[in-house]
Amino acid sequence: MQELPNFAPALPEIFIAFSAIALLLLGVFRKEDATQGITVLAIVAMLFAGLLVPAAAGGRVVTFGGMFVVDGFSAFTKVLVLLASAFTMAMSANWLHREKLERFEYPVLMLLATLGMMLMISANNLMALYLGLELQSLALYVLAAYQRDSGRATEAGLKYFVLGSLASGMLLYGSSLIYGFAGTTGFDALGHSFAQGVPVGVTVGMVFVIAALAFKISAVPFHMWTPDVYEGAPTPVTAFFAVAPKIAAFSLLVRVMVGPFGDLTHQWSQVVIFISLASMALGAFGAIAQNNIKRLMAYSSIGHVGYALIGLAVGDQVGIRGVLIYLAIYLFMNVGTFAVILAMRQKGRLMEGIDDLAGLSKTHPMSAAAMAIFMFSMAGIPPLAGFWGKLYVFMAAIEKGFITLAVVGVLTSVVSAYYYLRIIKVMYFDEPVEALDHGTGKGLSFIVAFNAILIVVFTFLPSSLVSSASTAAAALFGG
Amino acid sequence: MIQALVFYLFAAITVASAVMVISARNPVHAVLFLILAFFNAAGLFLLVGAEFLAMVLVVVYVGAVAVLFLFVVMLLDINFLKLREGFLQYLPIGGVIGLILLAELALVAGSWSFAPDAPLSVGTHVPDPTVVTNTDALGRLIYTDYFYLFQIAGLILLVAMIGTILLTLRGRTDVRRQSIAEQVARTKADSVEIRKVASGGGI
Repeated sequence: MQELPNFAPALPEIFIAFSAIALLLLGVFRKEDATQGITVLAIVAMLFAGLLVPAAAGGRVVTFGGMFVVDGFSAFTKVLVLLASAFTMAMSANWLHREKLERFEYPVLMLLATLGMMLMISANNLMALYLGLELQSLALYVLAAYQRDSGRATEAGLKYFVLGSLASGMLLYGSSLIYGFAGTTGFDALGHSFAQGVPVGVTVGMVFVIAALAFKISAVPFHMWTPDVYEGAPTPVTAFFAVAPKIAAFSLLVRVMVGPFGDLTHQWSQVVIFISLASMALGAFGAIAQNNIKRLMAYSSIGHVGYALIGLAVGDQVGIRGVLIYLAIYLFMNVGTFAVILAMRQKGRLMEGIDDLAGLSKTHPMSAAAMAIFMFSMAGIPPLAGFWGKLYVFMAAIEKGFITLAVVGVLTSVVSAYYYLRIIKVMYFDEPVEALDHGTGKGLSFIVAFNAILIVVFTFLPSSLVSSASTAAAALFGG
Repeated sequence: MIQALVFYLFAAITVASAVMVISARNPVHAVLFLILAFFNAAGLFLLVGAEFLAMVLVVVYVGAVAVLFLFVVMLLDINFLKLREGFLQYLPIGGVIGLILLAELALVAGSWSFAPDAPLSVGTHVPDPTVVTNTDALGRLIYTDYFYLFQIAGLILLVAMIGTILLTLRGRTDVRRQSIAEQVARTKADSVEIRKVASGGGI
């Protein structure tokens, strides 16, 4: 008899899977009247899993025949993903209620998408990577088309599905090449077999894998879907897309590049440098002409991915630490901004134009102040948190001599400051045409306030985030 | 000797019934010949010792796919003769494509070579076929070694099912559903009305 695998490291994932199935059953039996309860329970499940994650992660543990890995790195990113999912779920509850779109499948699908992200983060095998990615993506395709009577949402869902399938195809093609030349799909074994040098087929396969993962983090030149999907999808789903899947796919990219392909740095770093430069430039220039705030956030997220990729291009422990800090700060900035966007209602209808924010400082001084904080932070203006995120990646780049990346990064953030500051200008110096509604929900106000305060306060206590990011990055290189 | 005879029996019937599948005029006959071809192919698999593939072929292809074909053929009003029009017209190009594929297969088979390390890393996973049946080996692989992947695949199917229902199911209001509680709760007062009708007059 073979022994049972060690289930303990996967405890948070198992918990999420079981709660998703339990909530699904509850929803099926109780029909629509249980939706609010299920949403609350799903948030509780995510937060509880967030508590389980650090408990399940001691040192580096590998289980399920080497396919599942838990270490400090996975614990850090999993907590970020669970936080992002819990935040966006809380933001959705209010929206679902107002749009009369309450269906219990929504929180269940979000839970399953989160589970997929956690499995991606812990993947230690090309097959586990693919399955985790598919579980996540499939749930996201459905969520994008959730508002099925809206033409734009259906279009967004279909677009995302078709392009996402293409990316999955590239990933599979790359993986099959890697498997064909290396004879194994396990990350540990791949790392060993590449230590002595690699055949050209592996390099080709690796480029395909990078392309597929770049699609998932919407880095240029695989970003085409982002503005359309962000604009078409329901706003809380867009908020979810902008944060949780990006963090998960980014940490997956980092693990794949540093782990099995760690000895091929000179081969992949030029690809990553190009993607990073292109994303920063397109994120800065593409957003200038946008009038829809969701499209603007799409371009802004492309730019942010470019900045975070600088840390990966550097490729050492300091660089990865920069990536993790950047992602954590990006989470709070984006969640806060989307909470403000979700509160933008005029006579009950959700507004999406930048011009609709005109005169917000007079009608809603607190939201305007919070939005100003988020925008200043995204532009990277000290002393707000966004500045520190950029500082840590640029420092890592300069230390290792990637001067071009740092210079381009600084220049593009100056360009992007234009459109962030334009929002502040519209809010503070334009006259209001028609005031936005008041009282759009206590939950949203709480999320806005919480994130705004966190971003301001971060300057005074950066050490806790920086030290946990350091341990997480060290865990990736220690093994 | 007997093995060779059985092989030729199965092979001949497979080929003959495959020809019948595409040449039979009656589509129902074509599907029945398809089932015959599946059974004989399963017999061929048994001869080479792949009993799992033989079982799957019968269960999945005969049990599900062929029966589905039969349903489609019988339920849908499709004129199959019309579909077959112009068959000869496409024969030359189809033949050429077939020949190209054959030539490519021959090229691949002729110049096939393994990476020198590949058998080493693959070989460790292959159990001895004389000790372990292939059903057993596949079962170990799916339910023990790749247990984790199997479970995630199950979750992906669950998401696919939820997604399909969420995006396509619409509660219909124009159908009358049976409500047993309502029926049982009906009383005489709800449904029967007694009126005096004057003789010669209507209601």
